[in-house]
Amino acid sequence: MSKPNVVIVGAGFTGTATAHDLALRGFDVTVIERGDICNGTSGRTHGLLHSGGRYAVKDQESAIECIDENMILRKIVPQVIEPNGGLFIAIDEGDLQYGETFIAGCEACHIPLEELTPKEALKLEPNINPNVLTAFLIPDGTFDPLRLALSFAASAKANGAKFKTYTEAKSLLMDGKGTVVGVKALERTSNQTVELRADMVVNATGAWAGEIAEMAGASVPVKPTPGVMVVYDQRFVQRAINRLNAPGDGDIVLPQRRMVVVGTTSFEIDNLDYVPVIEEQVQLMLERGAELVPGIRNAKVRGKYTATRPLIGAGEGRSAARTFKCYDHKETDNVDGLVTITGGKATTLRAMAEKTADVVCEKLGVHAACATKDTPLLSYRQYYNMPN
Amino acid sequence: MSEKWNIILKVLRQKQGETSHFDEYKMDADPDEYVLDVVERVWAFKDRTVCFRHACHHSTCGACGMRVNDAEKLTCITYIREVTRDGGTLKVEPLRNFPVVSDLVVDMGSLYRRLEAVGARSVLPAPEAEIEKPPSRWSSDDEQYIRLADCIECGLCISACPAAATSSDYLGPAVLAGAQANGLKLNPELLNMVDSEDGVWRCHSAFECTAVCPSFVDPARRIMDLRTQIFKERVGGLFRKA
Repeated sequence: MSKPNVVIVGAGFTGTATAHDLALRGFDVTVIERGDICNGTSGRTHGLLHSGGRYAVKDQESAIECIDENMILRKIVPQVIEPNGGLFIAIDEGDLQYGETFIAGCEACHIPLEELTPKEALKLEPNINPNVLTAFLIPDGTFDPLRLALSFAASAKANGAKFKTYTEAKSLLMDGKGTVVGVKALERTSNQTVELRADMVVNATGAWAGEIAEMAGASVPVKPTPGVMVVYDQRFVQRAINRLNAPGDGDIVLPQRRMVVVGTTSFEIDNLDYVPVIEEQVQLMLERGAELVPGIRNAKVRGKYTATRPLIGAGEGRSAARTFKCYDHKETDNVDGLVTITGGKATTLRAMAEKTADVVCEKLGVHAACATKDTPLLSYRQYYNMPN
Repeated sequence: MSEKWNIILKVLRQKQGETSHFDEYKMDADPDEYVLDVVERVWAFKDRTVCFRHACHHSTCGACGMRVNDAEKLTCITYIREVTRDGGTLKVEPLRNFPVVSDLVVDMGSLYRRLEAVGARSVLPAPEAEIEKPPSRWSSDDEQYIRLADCIECGLCISACPAAATSSDYLGPAVLAGAQANGLKLNPELLNMVDSEDGVWRCHSAFECTAVCPSFVDPARRIMDLRTQIFKERVGGLFRKA
C-alpha cells in the first residue's frame, strides 16, 4: 500500500510543525503556502518562548501547554533560542497584590519560579525599573521566529515532505458526496493553476483558517485579533521582562539580537491581509514599555509592525483562552477529508502538530506514534539546501 | 497615517521563463512607514501575483532584503522618507548575485550552504557578540547568557559585493564573517577553506558589505582580521614545524 497523502495549507508554525510530525509518521506530505515560510502571523510573533507564567492565573490549560512545550523546544531546537529566562516584575501595589495569585498559579501549573528581592533583580537586570517592588524569575526565553519554523520545515523535508511556496489555495476539490479530496492552487511564480489530490487536507492557516474552511462550506470559530509590536535599537535586558499582573497592553519587553521588542495590543480588523500600524498604539508601547525598562524612552524606534493572533477560546480579546484546537470538519460540518488546526501560540506549535497528526492518523486508520518530542531538529539552513 | 505622500513604486517583475520588466503602481505612503509595508500593500490591494519574501517585519529574520533605488536595503526597517520624496519614485529589485526565483524573490541556497560549511554559529555566548555600544549598565553575570548571533543571513552583503559579482564560487562576506567569529586557531579545515582563491583573497576591500549590513556584523573588518589570523597560523605553523 502506498503512503497516505496529506496536503497541508499554510507554512507558518503549525503547518511546518505538522509537516514534520506527519513526515516522521510515514505520511506523504505536501505543504502549500501562498507566500514564503512564515509570511503571516508566525513570522511576526514577538518571539517569547513562554514559560506559561503569563497564563498561570486565568488560563491554566494554556500555561501547562506552554511550560511543557518550552522545555521540549529547548531540547530539540536550541539553535534558534535565547534560553535566558524571564522576570515578572511588580512596579505598583496592584502588581504586588497579583503576586499572591501568580505564585499559586505557577505552582498549580508546575512552572518553576524563584522570588527575588528588588536588589537581586536589579543585579541580574540593571536596566529594569529601579523602583521594582518584587520580581519572579521564571524559565521564559526568546526565539527567532522564522528560524523556528524553518527548523521544522527542514526536518520535514529530510523525511520527504515537499514545500510548494508561493502557491495559493484557490479552492478545495470536492467529490460528489461532500468530501474534500484535494486543493486547487495558483503557483504564483509561474501563474499556473495546479490540482493537488489528497487523502486528507489540513488547514493550518491560523488567523485565515475561516477563509479556507469556508471553501468547503465549513466554518471555524476563529477570531483574528491583531496586536502591535514596537522594536527599539538597544538590547537593554538579557531576559524577557513581564509586568507582574493580568495580561494587558505593552506588558512584555523582549531582548532579540541588539534590540528589544515591546508588545502588544489587542484589536479587531476587517482585512486580514494588511493590518496597518496604529500610531496611538505605538505611543502606548513606549509608555508601557518604559514602565518596565525606562531606557526605552530614550532609545530609537527600529521597527513597528502588527501580527494577527488566531483566537479560538471563549471570551473577547485578552480574556480569550490561548489554547488550541483541532477541528475534524466531519464532526463539525459533516465535511469529510478536512481538518483545521488553529488557536494556540508559537510556543505550543509542536503540541498543536501532534494533536493534528493524531486526528489525521485516526481518520485515515494509520497506527503511528508521535516521535517529535525526542527528535532533534535540523539546522534551519538545511531547509534551503534540500531540493523539493 | 500622519502624513501622506504619493509615490510611484516600480517593481521588477520576472516569472519563470519570461524576460523581466518593471510594473508601476501609484501608491499612497506615509513617509514614516517602511518600504516593505508599501510592497505588501501592492500585494494586498493591487496585484496578487507579486512575489516577495518577508517574515518578521523587524530586522531579525533577514528575509526581506531587496535593492531599493539601486542600494541594498532590509526593507522592513527602511523608512520611505530615507529613500524617496513626495511625488518621487521607489524602484525595488531582487538582490544581485543570487538566482531569481520570481519577481523580488531570490534563491539564497548558496549562502546557507556555505554558512553551514564554515560552521557559522546561529547562537553564541553573549560576551562574544562584540557589542561596541552596550547599554550603560551590564548585568553582573553576562557570561552565562546565550544570544542569537548578529548576522541575520539576509544576503545584502553578497548582493552589494563587487567580488561576489565576479565569481559565484566566492564564499562572500557573511560566510567569511561567520568563519572569523569561530576563529582559525586549531581549525585547519576552516583555515584551508578561507585561505584560498575563493576565500579571503577574493576580497578587494571595497567595504560595500559593511556599508549595507543592517545588523552590525561589519564583515569587512572581519575579513581583514581573518587575513591576520591566516598569517599568524601559517607563520606560527612554520615555527611549530621547526
